[in-house]
Amino acid sequence: MNKVMSNKAVIALYVLPALILIVGLIYGPMLLTGYYGLMEWNGMATMTFVGIENYIDLIQDPKFWESAKHSFLLAFFSTLSLAGYLIVSLVLAGKIKGSDLFRKIYLIPMLLSSVAIAQLWIKIYDPNNGMLNSLLMSMGVETPPSWLADTNLVLYAIFVAILWQYAGFYIIIYYAALKGIPESLVEAAKIDGANPIQIAYKIKVPLISGVIKVTVVLAIVGSLKYFDLIYVMTGGGPNGASEVIASYMYKKAFDTFDFGYGSAIAFFLLIITLIVTWLTRKLTATEDEVQY
Amino acid sequence: MTLLYIALIIVAIFQIYPLVWLFQFSLKSNAEVFGMSPFSLPQDPRWENYVRVWTDGNISLYFFNSVWITVASVLLTILLASFVTFAITRMYWKGSKLVLGLFMVGLMVPIHSALIPLFSFFLKLNLIDHPLSLVLSYTAFNLPLTIMILLGFYYTLPREIEEAAVVDGCSVHRIFFQITLPMTTPVLATTAIINMIYNWNEFVFVNTFISSDEFKTLTVGIQNFIGQYLTDWGAIGATLMISIIPILIAFLVLSNRIVEGIAAGSIKG
Repeated sequence: MNKVMSNKAVIALYVLPALILIVGLIYGPMLLTGYYGLMEWNGMATMTFVGIENYIDLIQDPKFWESAKHSFLLAFFSTLSLAGYLIVSLVLAGKIKGSDLFRKIYLIPMLLSSVAIAQLWIKIYDPNNGMLNSLLMSMGVETPPSWLADTNLVLYAIFVAILWQYAGFYIIIYYAALKGIPESLVEAAKIDGANPIQIAYKIKVPLISGVIKVTVVLAIVGSLKYFDLIYVMTGGGPNGASEVIASYMYKKAFDTFDFGYGSAIAFFLLIITLIVTWLTRKLTATEDEVQY
Repeated sequence: MTLLYIALIIVAIFQIYPLVWLFQFSLKSNAEVFGMSPFSLPQDPRWENYVRVWTDGNISLYFFNSVWITVASVLLTILLASFVTFAITRMYWKGSKLVLGLFMVGLMVPIHSALIPLFSFFLKLNLIDHPLSLVLSYTAFNLPLTIMILLGFYYTLPREIEEAAVVDGCSVHRIFFQITLPMTTPVLATTAIINMIYNWNEFVFVNTFISSDEFKTLTVGIQNFIGQYLTDWGAIGATLMISIIPILIAFLVLSNRIVEGIAAGSIKG
């Protein structure tokens, strides 16, 4: 048994192709990004080593800080919205008729491409013929805002589209976790006279705190690297009002061919992602994980 | 109780109505879109909007590119991930934990932090504007999640059948292809659909690596296409619906598997 199942040649044959792919296309490039960040480079001609110049420029670049601020705002709102998703899941996981159908309906936007979602929401926000402003005008609002062209509103307008896209994803995660709670615990609490809200707040939510922690990390990290929808919906505009770290990096690298500076931003994004992941886990770490 | 239902229904309307609205304007003429309430039903459904966008531009070409690039990447990812998971859970070797860890850390790497070196790497290999750059990238970036989902299933498989096969003198390859792989069909379906959704919708890699229409996929294709039809809402709606329909059909057929896969795949991070 052991002899056949520890055949080194077979192991290498099974593991190496995938390993080469992830080292070559994920880890290698990830490290190279930090290295390219030390270069003056337009992507084609030779590179010139400039040391940490790009990183110094980055720290002094107000446009970069503006986009970082937007990324963190999105992360903050996304984390807040988790509470709403949790409440919906608590309701769904109760013995409610049609919960299966609701869950499937909530999930549908998550299956669509960001490009399709972006184009759909551009139409929804269209100042003249869009769904939203037509609704507002029929309710008597005479000059409804032009959502995506308004520097004060654009980020919030995009956030609503993000909410729409990810609602089902988080609801499904919470729902699966809630369904994993043993029925006996809830029954015992009922016998002790706890009402549904107490059961939800004092028993169910603490029992799935591990999953909640994971979703907090997912929401924050996901927001920090958010790109597709913003790039298609507004391209970071108007006047940088919806620029985020990833879209700023993409612009610098692939629109203005400043690959060194783009790499510096990308490396910053990687580091901040890792730090935030670590920090969130540390801060939300419970003394000992709940045991059933 | 009624209050709870009303809340759930409001969320459901928020989630589904934008798509119903999209479907409505995909069947309208410009006169209807601009002259009537956006909530009105199409007077005389113009299915020809769909025929027009399908035959007019390159949408059909983008569509078939999406299909074959998605299928090729999904098959490659599932095969390679199954090999790795089999070697890690079924075979005995030093370093298997380390290799598994390497794959799992890959879940956290944002694609943007690898994008620029990947671009210059494919440029050197002459793979920029070549579909192989997409297939390889999709496979690499989907391997960690796919392995993670497979892993949970492999741990539950009984070892006895494989042990009996070894006693009978079966080779490892035969065990893998004829015994273990067929037993994993249910979870392979789940990972396939999750991979399919990801690849079908992928935007950044196509937008960066592919420049000629010949190899564009639907996500980037519709983006350019819509640029030419700025004011023709019917055409835009039809184009978007064409890009959405395959995923919706897959979802209707396999929705339980998708829900399962998202729940299984979510506990990463």
